[in-house]
Amino acid sequence: MRMMKSLLAATALMTLMSGAAYAKTLVYCSEGSPEGFDPGLYTSGTTFDAASRTIYNRLLEFKHGSTELEPGLAESYTVSDDGLVYTFKLRSGVKFQTTDYFTPTRDMNADDVVFSFERQLDSNNPFNQYVAGAVYEYAQAMGFPGLIKSVEKVDDLTVKFTLNQPNSPFLADLGMDFASIVSKEYADKLKAAGNENDFNQKPIGTGPFTFVAYQPDAVIRYKANPDYYKGKEKIDDLVFAITPDATVRVQKLKSGECQIMPYPNAADVADLKADSNLTVLEQAGLNVAYLAYNTTQPPFDKVEVRKALNMAVDKKAVVQAVFQGLAEVAKNPIPPTMWSYNNDIQDDPYDPEKAKQMLADAGVKDLTMNIWAMPVSRPYMLNARRAAEIIQAGFAKIGVTANIVTYEWGDYLKRAGQKDHDGAVILGWTGDNGDPDNFLATLLGCDGVGTSNNVAEFCDPKFDDLTKKAAATADMAERTKLYEEAQVEFKAQAPWMTLDHSTVVMPMSKKVIGYKQDPLGIHRFDGVDLAE
Amino acid sequence: MLQYLLRRLAILIPTFIGVSLVAFAFIRVLPGDPVLLLAGEHGMSPERHAEAMHLLGFDQPLPIQYLNYLAGILHGDFGQSIVTKRAVLSEFFARFPATLELSICAMILAAGIGIPAGVLAAIKRGSTFDHGIMGSALVGYSMPIFWWGPLLIILFSGILRWTPVSGRISLLYYFPQRTGFMLIDSLLSGQPGALASAVSHLILPAIVLATIPLAVIARQTRSAMLEVLGEDYMRTARAKGLPPSRVIGLHALRNAMIPVITTIGLQVGVLMAGAILTETIFSWPGVGKWMVDSVFRRDYTVIQGGLLIIALIIMMVNLAVDILYGLINPRIRRQ
Repeated sequence: MRMMKSLLAATALMTLMSGAAYAKTLVYCSEGSPEGFDPGLYTSGTTFDAASRTIYNRLLEFKHGSTELEPGLAESYTVSDDGLVYTFKLRSGVKFQTTDYFTPTRDMNADDVVFSFERQLDSNNPFNQYVAGAVYEYAQAMGFPGLIKSVEKVDDLTVKFTLNQPNSPFLADLGMDFASIVSKEYADKLKAAGNENDFNQKPIGTGPFTFVAYQPDAVIRYKANPDYYKGKEKIDDLVFAITPDATVRVQKLKSGECQIMPYPNAADVADLKADSNLTVLEQAGLNVAYLAYNTTQPPFDKVEVRKALNMAVDKKAVVQAVFQGLAEVAKNPIPPTMWSYNNDIQDDPYDPEKAKQMLADAGVKDLTMNIWAMPVSRPYMLNARRAAEIIQAGFAKIGVTANIVTYEWGDYLKRAGQKDHDGAVILGWTGDNGDPDNFLATLLGCDGVGTSNNVAEFCDPKFDDLTKKAAATADMAERTKLYEEAQVEFKAQAPWMTLDHSTVVMPMSKKVIGYKQDPLGIHRFDGVDLAE
Repeated sequence: MLQYLLRRLAILIPTFIGVSLVAFAFIRVLPGDPVLLLAGEHGMSPERHAEAMHLLGFDQPLPIQYLNYLAGILHGDFGQSIVTKRAVLSEFFARFPATLELSICAMILAAGIGIPAGVLAAIKRGSTFDHGIMGSALVGYSMPIFWWGPLLIILFSGILRWTPVSGRISLLYYFPQRTGFMLIDSLLSGQPGALASAVSHLILPAIVLATIPLAVIARQTRSAMLEVLGEDYMRTARAKGLPPSRVIGLHALRNAMIPVITTIGLQVGVLMAGAILTETIFSWPGVGKWMVDSVFRRDYTVIQGGLLIIALIIMMVNLAVDILYGLINPRIRRQ
């Protein structure tokens, strides 16, 4: 024990001594290892936190703490009258990071922008398969191959995107992680040397932090980029201490081994709030969880049946049991923090008696159905099994027998995506870009039928028309009106039982200054400072 | 001895083929595939799914996939991770020193405490000490790691603040990894305090990982010792007037060691299994944590490659135990 104590004393002493040398190091206890550092290749938030938001920039950026867009690497843009041509004027003098493995010889220009998109969209681009089996899933998921006709360089600082059809959400898509701008010069250099794989392991971007080193599954180190176009960050070093266990993250935060952490267990939140050294930020997440009825299968093809089932469940009980209050009951398919949220809509009341009557009126007797419960915990639904049990109990009260079924996650999504799947499916969504189109059209549009996006297999002509019109309109006020109307139609048709919008909790040391929670669930450290 | 060795080596070949088949089939039996998981909630058309599966090479018939995989292994190529796009073998060896370091320390702890505890319990059979040791061993053996790890963290790191919570070394130290063994690298770095930091980070995970093997070793040592202590030659040794330390240390312990060494050999597999949980809890960047992540990501090549490499290592350890056996007990190698 004496030995251990002296060892610990020595460690503590060293910690103090080296404190001065490592001034302003922010340690973030991250929840997992990044899959790589090329944001084009991946879809997970963990990878985006570690790669795109730290190391890279995009043409347009989301304002810190909001889903509003602001100029990024593009200083300004113009849209042609027919909504098909977007011309971006690039910022001049933006430098790619200088590291021990790459020194740029020129500033960021139109070649880099064209390359950043073409490598993902054109399978003949020499860098498309720079690693075998590269699947640019996010660009695919956002429909870029079908949407973008061409990306062209007009001059060194001007790039022109031509679309196949007008699409207002396109601008918000450009703020997304997969649309990060990478260095063509660096890619060319790696290709010449036959080290293409380094593109995904030793990243070079224009962002606020420069990559220093990654020890797999342990730690990622960055330093402030001295050449950052917005000026050097206030913290000198940023460290991601990879800590997958939520309980351990909490302990590390409390003991000062890190200053900020994501995703605490709901059970730990009260304890964290009670700690006088910590601040706990909370924000409504840009997400929704729902129970989607297969609207093509009887009896769920009848709107009265869907409405009756919606009225049979006490959704407050779901929120309490699953989130211990850290969520709010959902009435619309988009979260309240999103523009065009229609607050005038009244949710279906919890009224089992009336629900029973409505079922009888619809001629439905002795209904037996399946409720699908997701096997994984997601930010919008921590425990689908528990939620399913409460829904099951609610249905039982109106004489509906529900069996809870579940499948392995990949299989679950695959089966739920099949058009003729049975019963009702619990699923949810976290917004990609803050545009209502990303919820309403993606999850409920006719185009999504037969995929795991639209598991209600909902194809309502009026709703589809409204969202399509909104996507083709550039005027914000007009779009807002159309989306508000679409929500009214959604409520009238009731393809889902909307369950909840969860709250995102972010505990941190009181020394952390200027951290803003991001509605898109991204963890950003630009603009953050540490008190001495 | 040579014949004995060759016999042992011959057994390895069918075992290797069996393991490679199991490793290959294991992940494919599970429903779901890497492409679906990559897309997550984002729906994917069947055409796009087929295209992505083709890009990853999973559209070929299973026997062809297996033969390609086997051919690769025979050339020392365990494939490339679907997710990180790096060679499986280099990913493995980047993490293996961390697991090995933790396992060796845990084994030293388990054997260093387990054997003396077992011997003492056997000598003092029926005493309170004996009951205490065996009772603790039973508790240790039944201790679930996922509960025991966080419990120790909360007590020693959270409340008492004696040890760091997780990781291999304080983040304040940053030096190149020369061997991958943090104890050695921290010593080589010459940075004052680095070794102490590495040791303090190793204590809790080593205790957690050592708990089950320690219990097993203590129980095995005790029962082996009791058996040997009842033998005629022990009575003879005592009757000759040998001092008790010689009777126990030379005659009893040496003969009791054979089953104990077997147990220790078998515990290597247990350590590997335990490392999966221990590493996840303590954010220890080793092979166990890497495998868990890969299962969740359906990283087929990593799972099958990782399983195979781990199985190979366990096979080698068992071979070493067999050889050690032969050395300790001449009767075995003549069989």
